[in-house]
Amino acid sequence: MAGRIDQMLQFQQTALNLRAVRQELIASNIANADTPNYKAKDIDFASALQGALSGSGGKLPVAATSPQHLAGATGESVMGAPVLYRKPLQPSADGNTVDMDVEQAQFADNALRYEASLKFISEDVKDVLSALQGF
Amino acid sequence: MSLFNIFNIAGSAMTAQSQRLNVVASNLANVDSATGPDGKPYRAKQVVFSTTPIAGQAGEGVQVAAVVEDSSPMKVVYDPQHPMANAQGYVTLPNVNPVDEMVNMISASRSYQNNVDVMNTSKNLLIKTLTIGQ
Repeated sequence: MAGRIDQMLQFQQTALNLRAVRQELIASNIANADTPNYKAKDIDFASALQGALSGSGGKLPVAATSPQHLAGATGESVMGAPVLYRKPLQPSADGNTVDMDVEQAQFADNALRYEASLKFISEDVKDVLSALQGF
Repeated sequence: MSLFNIFNIAGSAMTAQSQRLNVVASNLANVDSATGPDGKPYRAKQVVFSTTPIAGQAGEGVQVAAVVEDSSPMKVVYDPQHPMANAQGYVTLPNVNPVDEMVNMISASRSYQNNVDVMNTSKNLLIKTLTIGQ
């Protein structure tokens, strides 16, 4: 039974974790808005969630012992999802690609979707509780 | 927990921006300082930001990597009455540009506000997370 409840919450829990990680990435973009040469980062949420649910994410980087080896899955990743760089609309002279409007909008959007996931989990918990209590 | 990390990230940015604001205040205050403790006129200072990793996480914070002195030429004004004037009657004044400093000040204060907003949002999300199932 406990396994069933766990399965029931699995999807929203994964989504919530991924939303929190994305929130952190956008927060670091906003924090680095004035840092020269900083490149704005984000993840592709849809494919990251699919990867996390199917367990196909989390590939480990390949150790290269010779410069002639092919590169494996290198680079940054969060929860198995590769961290991508945003394409700047109006690049600035100091090499910074943070667009404050985009980041603020994404931050608010992500926060709202995080709250939506929270709501779903809350309702799931209430469902289980009412089933246990019988009314 | 990623949401707790946001406090470190936004916090580091707030520290960096307030340091920048400090430097701006010092530049503006010394706009007419023809002589300093070393007997030389004040030179404008600028902060250099750099990213700093936060304990093995994907997000990155900000730090002030250095405070550098502005290398632009000093302002030379003809004022024979001035006690610091040289034999030709010229005084060397600081290379502080008040317009640049005001722009810097507004930019720093806006960035600071943005990071406060980020922190507030994260705080609200965390509080709501703590009340799951209630």
